[in-house]
Amino acid sequence: MSHIESPPSTSRHPIPMDASGFEPASRCSRRVNVSHSERNVSRIAGAALLLNGLCGPRSTRPLSLLSAAGLLYRGATGHCHGYEALGISTAWKDHADEGAAAAVPAQHGVKVHESVVIQRSPEDLFQFWKNLEGLPAAMRHLESVTESGAGKSHWVARGPMGIKLEWDAEIFTEGDHEFIAWRSLPGGDVDTAGSVHFRPLPENRGTLVEVVLKYDPPGGKWAARLASLLGVGAEREIREDLRRVKALLEAGAPPTVNGQTHGRRP
Amino acid sequence: MSSMMAVCYRGAGRVDVEDVPRPTILNPRDAIIQVTATALCGSDLHLFNGFIPTMQPGDILGHEFMGRVVEVGPEVRNLSPGDRVVVPFTIACGRCFFCQREMWSLCDNSNPNAAMAEKLYGYSSSGLFGYSHLFGGYAGGQAEYVRVPYADVGPFKIPDGLGDEQVLFLTDILPTAYMAAENCGIQPGDTVAVWGCGPVGLLTINCAFWLGAERVIAIDHVPERLELARRHGGAETINFEEADVHETLRAMTGGLGPDACIDAVGLESHGHSLDAMYDKVKTSVYLSTDRIHALRQAIYCCRKGGTLSIPGVYGGFLDKLPLGAAFSKGLQLRMGQTHVHRYLEPLLKRIQGNGTPGFDPTYIISHRFSLEEAPRAYEMFNTDKGHCTKVVFKPAQAV
Repeated sequence: MSHIESPPSTSRHPIPMDASGFEPASRCSRRVNVSHSERNVSRIAGAALLLNGLCGPRSTRPLSLLSAAGLLYRGATGHCHGYEALGISTAWKDHADEGAAAAVPAQHGVKVHESVVIQRSPEDLFQFWKNLEGLPAAMRHLESVTESGAGKSHWVARGPMGIKLEWDAEIFTEGDHEFIAWRSLPGGDVDTAGSVHFRPLPENRGTLVEVVLKYDPPGGKWAARLASLLGVGAEREIREDLRRVKALLEAGAPPTVNGQTHGRRP
Repeated sequence: MSSMMAVCYRGAGRVDVEDVPRPTILNPRDAIIQVTATALCGSDLHLFNGFIPTMQPGDILGHEFMGRVVEVGPEVRNLSPGDRVVVPFTIACGRCFFCQREMWSLCDNSNPNAAMAEKLYGYSSSGLFGYSHLFGGYAGGQAEYVRVPYADVGPFKIPDGLGDEQVLFLTDILPTAYMAAENCGIQPGDTVAVWGCGPVGLLTINCAFWLGAERVIAIDHVPERLELARRHGGAETINFEEADVHETLRAMTGGLGPDACIDAVGLESHGHSLDAMYDKVKTSVYLSTDRIHALRQAIYCCRKGGTLSIPGVYGGFLDKLPLGAAFSKGLQLRMGQTHVHRYLEPLLKRIQGNGTPGFDPTYIISHRFSLEEAPRAYEMFNTDKGHCTKVVFKPAQAV
């Protein structure tokens, strides 16, 4: 009988791969059951639907107006009847952040784990990731990152269906050339926390890059699942982003045929 | 923007010559080549006949091309405008795990549609010129100009004194033939059987002898092609319409079978046996993707412990592949797109000869056309295998 040796445990990482998790606090009021960030998204989506309801195709107007009303109410009051009926509240997040260890609570949100091997040293990769403002060049889902000093930064990303999402984040721990971990700060459109580890592989096989990302998606887990079914989920996006990072760092530029010549398209 | 002529895919069975914008530099490691000679490949017929998915009307075809450098990106320092180069049909970054190990056609970084290829094949191989969006959707070289990505790695400079036609096949079919023979691991005294006497099959015969084969037996049904195999390759031949291939090979090898078998046919195999007709029916109603009669026969005919080498292109799912025969006889199977970059220098030396008469691969060329005549050339190459072995285009503007 063969003996299968288990791979080296990741527990030797100085921080857990899952860089999130804190206890939910139940300090929120009875009436408000929607978190600040979710209210923001409700307002944005509501406004978009209102616009569609007023100016969009005639057939979709009634549904758009109805949905817009619901979302705008939800955004303005912070109360969701659906959540109430289901016994859900996300409002505790607004209070739980003070002094808490991470942005996304345990048992909450969506977790993405992707890895890629890149033919560069851990030092090179660490430097690349530390230069946050350079990330959007390779990562298509990011529009911009602005560093504001002291490990803090402002992020703008394209969410599902082109919705613009913004949040502030901080790098809260890092190990020299080994890992970086970050989390979002309260008040943004998205609650997210993540880490990236760089591990050199033997025999000049490059560096293993492991990314763990946890986030509370706008619209909740079900929206994330739907997005994933439609092929626009975070997992796919992160994988494509890492593929582009690899091509950028190995080949100097990600491959492209955008803008190339071609014959008549039908 | 100035325009150029290019051969464009319009749908299964149809190509057109169109006026399209000239290519431009898109990445710092790009170069633009003015094409002086380009060829039609048997694998272009797989595209032409609609066997390779993800082709779009308007895609520029062609992956065997050479010419003069007219423009280079800021990071291409080894080429200058005016350099005469041949360009490998596989696009390789030169720096990934696979390129560093000389597996150029498996480059990790050159396919912009890697996610699509991953879905179909598990992992993506390199981008290819003019060979469907599955392999990157790169515009091909059957045009007056072409954009070459990672031009500091691919294009190979050709010294003066050699004509275009002498070196054009370094872009694909000569290295493909060489790798096919190399994959056989030929030992002194070996007999090698080659299925298919198209351009790759013919050149494979030459390469197998270079690598030490004692005998090469070529199998086809087109008398003109078998004649080329005898005259220019020194091969013995079997016409599969006149003789039972297995019985004949058995008799020719004292009951042992060929030490190595090479399938230089690929996914559009012809044949008149029951299994060949079964393939034809299934592929024509899209129940199966590839016709594999030649591959089945090669597996069946190979000697015990022998090697099967597959330079012929396969794209999808194979039906009734006799893996049991391959397993029972302990065959080694070797295959894949050619790592062209590996073979450029040694094969150029063979063509130059260095004192001795060099190798002249131009014997396979049967037709020379201008680019405007491409639709006729595709049609002819597809149907008239007797007279048409290899088509070379000379884009009009080139000097």
